[in-house]
Amino acid sequence: MNEETKGLQPRLELRGITKIYPTVVANEDVNLKVYPGEIHAVLGENGAGKSTLMKIIYGVIKPDRGQVLWEGREVQVTRPAEARRLGVGMVFQHFSLFETLTVAQNIALGVDEPFDLDRLSKRIGEVSRRYGLPLDPQRLVHSLSVGERQRVEIVRCLLQEPRLLIMDEPTSVLTPQAVKKLFETLRRLAEEGCSILYISHKLEEIRELCHNATVMRGGRVTADADPRQETASSLARMMIGRELPVCEHSVSTAAGPVRLLISGLNRKSDDPFGTDLKDIHLEVRGGEIVGIAGISGNGQQELLVALSGEKPLDKRDSAAIKIDGVEAGHLNAAARRDLGLTFVPEERLGRGAVPPMSLSENTLLTGHRGGMVRFGLIKERKVRDFAEQCLRDFDVRCGGVQAAAKSLSGGNLQKFIVGREILQKPKVLIAAQPTWGVDVGAAAAIRQELIELRNSGLAVLVVSEELEELFEICDRIVVIAGGRLSPVTAAADTNMEEIGLWMSGLFPGDGERERSDAVADASSR
Amino acid sequence: MTETVIGILLATLGAGTPLVFAALGELVTEKSGVLNLGVEGMMIVGAVCGFAVAAESGNLWLGVMASVLAGTGMALVFGVLTLTFQSNQVAAGLALTIFGIGLSAYIGLDYTSVALTGIANIHIPVLSDIPVAGPLLFSLDPLLYCSFLMFAAIAYFLYRTKAGLLLRAIGESPESAVSLGYPVIAIRYLAVLFGGAMAGLAGAYLALVYTPLWVEAMTAGRGWIALALVVFATWRPGRVMVGAYLFGGVTIIQFHVQGFGVDIPSQLLSMLPYLATIVVLVLISRDINAIRLNAPASLGKAYHPSV
Repeated sequence: MNEETKGLQPRLELRGITKIYPTVVANEDVNLKVYPGEIHAVLGENGAGKSTLMKIIYGVIKPDRGQVLWEGREVQVTRPAEARRLGVGMVFQHFSLFETLTVAQNIALGVDEPFDLDRLSKRIGEVSRRYGLPLDPQRLVHSLSVGERQRVEIVRCLLQEPRLLIMDEPTSVLTPQAVKKLFETLRRLAEEGCSILYISHKLEEIRELCHNATVMRGGRVTADADPRQETASSLARMMIGRELPVCEHSVSTAAGPVRLLISGLNRKSDDPFGTDLKDIHLEVRGGEIVGIAGISGNGQQELLVALSGEKPLDKRDSAAIKIDGVEAGHLNAAARRDLGLTFVPEERLGRGAVPPMSLSENTLLTGHRGGMVRFGLIKERKVRDFAEQCLRDFDVRCGGVQAAAKSLSGGNLQKFIVGREILQKPKVLIAAQPTWGVDVGAAAAIRQELIELRNSGLAVLVVSEELEELFEICDRIVVIAGGRLSPVTAAADTNMEEIGLWMSGLFPGDGERERSDAVADASSR
Repeated sequence: MTETVIGILLATLGAGTPLVFAALGELVTEKSGVLNLGVEGMMIVGAVCGFAVAAESGNLWLGVMASVLAGTGMALVFGVLTLTFQSNQVAAGLALTIFGIGLSAYIGLDYTSVALTGIANIHIPVLSDIPVAGPLLFSLDPLLYCSFLMFAAIAYFLYRTKAGLLLRAIGESPESAVSLGYPVIAIRYLAVLFGGAMAGLAGAYLALVYTPLWVEAMTAGRGWIALALVVFATWRPGRVMVGAYLFGGVTIIQFHVQGFGVDIPSQLLSMLPYLATIVVLVLISRDINAIRLNAPASLGKAYHPSV
């Protein structure tokens, strides 16, 4: 406990909270105290039980054991409406918004008061001005950027004048500049006496913002600390039990031949809420890792389906994509793989692997080229050998090659999928969010593997929303915003600040004009 | 001449009304994210139950109530299967239709040759006697007025009330609705039951007003047209009305054409209302943006509460 909180009554106190699922203990004997005006971090890896704990506080999940005390009084919060009545607001990691409704309608569904959209719109305007969170109540949510959507959630909470605000991984979707603004808002709220529970795995942010930290690992609290007194590495030791692993990354020396060439790729999105690709130019050479940064929803999905061959281009646009010098735009995914392209999709279950099938069956999904099939018959032995090699070489921890894909943890399944693609000896590897939802150790292993691949002469293209990750592994970085690519820059010549600015659409060249177009587009919809 | 036109317009209203009931009910069900393909089944069970009760009791309004209850009962079966036991909505809906057609034939065995006087048109002194407006506006049957009221009520509910907003929201993202603390399954139950009641009412209109008699399979695919109407009307009540009366109008006109002895096989002519409705609705529903904005995104997907 800190000096400043001694003697005060906690606003929220948890005692011995336990929640057990059939396969996993999500929370075990968790104790937590949050004081008025305190910004309290809950720190832990994916799967440490942070989100479950927050949902218990918000009344979405019922704990098996334990007590919740609100301002010293024991309470049973069985529904979010009750939590809201106590004064608890929550901003979800995966937003709880409805895309086809307006901002005001969305907020109306999350506040418990008589239904009057006009009055509500006025109040939204007042609150958003007061906290510097500009928001137009009449806009449809699908036309908002990810940062604006988060603002909708925050304003929805603020309208209820919360006394405890829960923020679940709020910065994972924001540019560094937007993070700064968010922190200003949160500090201001705390000064007004609101308590804030801030859930994150980003150590530097917590050190900058929070007064107190509860560290969780495997569903248990492993430490309570004052993050301002700790270093990033001491917090990391509490969070994962050892130092944060760092990748070894040497500067790329030999620039090989151009393996993947995108020139003048234009494409209208099939989805009316999607992003059109506009005049994309990019080359990826053997022996380098090129990273595409950007906030999700700026054309990444559209670019990836065009590159992987999931939705091939028209025949006449075929020259827009060349794999190893061959025009490939009109080819489907299988034909592109024949040319030496491999692809690690963002959704591991569903796109990268068939969930109920075994790992050796999943090997066949993309590995069938390597002599595993003859005359339409599967050569079981060969498949099994390949899968076993994959588990061995990439340290996939699971119940063997017969284990179902869905039974693996996110990190292990991702290692399997990356391994499966790499063992096919490709020339180009495209990876979307390669470490999304993966624990720190496995993420470091996957990043190291990508660097090894680069060193062996492969062309690697990584699409990621995590700037830290891109700066860790990439030789060159480019930003996608509004379906358009920024200039490509060497990672060593830039910094997060600049890339963050580019991510909001402000990059040299005609970026300025493009941004105003995009805004006009969105508001005319 | 005026007589003929008024006759055609009245007949159009009559032929369109079963579709209005069934399609508006299905629209509410689908807005909540549940796809119930059993409209035809619920409608025909509603028709036979209404007819049987009216014939036995001699009270037409008891018959209407029986229709509504029968439709709701059928919908309850569907709800238990798909919402409580999370079974596939498409399969359950198809099964419901097949079950309904069989069940109605069995219940209706004794009623195939029974004659009933249908629900009479109302008569308001003075108003009903005004030329043109009188017969068109003030001397229709009570259920027809009920269908107008239902349309107004549903449009108001969906677009002006918080409950309607919530229903649309649940159809788009049940996950978000649950995280805000709304009981998704319970609300979907209500929407499914309402759809069943409306399909039952559509059956009552067929068997007690439109053709006051019972014939096996008398719904003749109207349940399926109602389903198509909802989709092609891009889930908007106003367009459902347009589509339903278009169907009614073409049905009536092709009867007249048959009456004039035009040399086209009658089977082809009876096909016309189905064809015309679909073609027109496909043409007006090509705007992909409008579809994305109005279509319930979670339609047909079972929702598994994870808590």
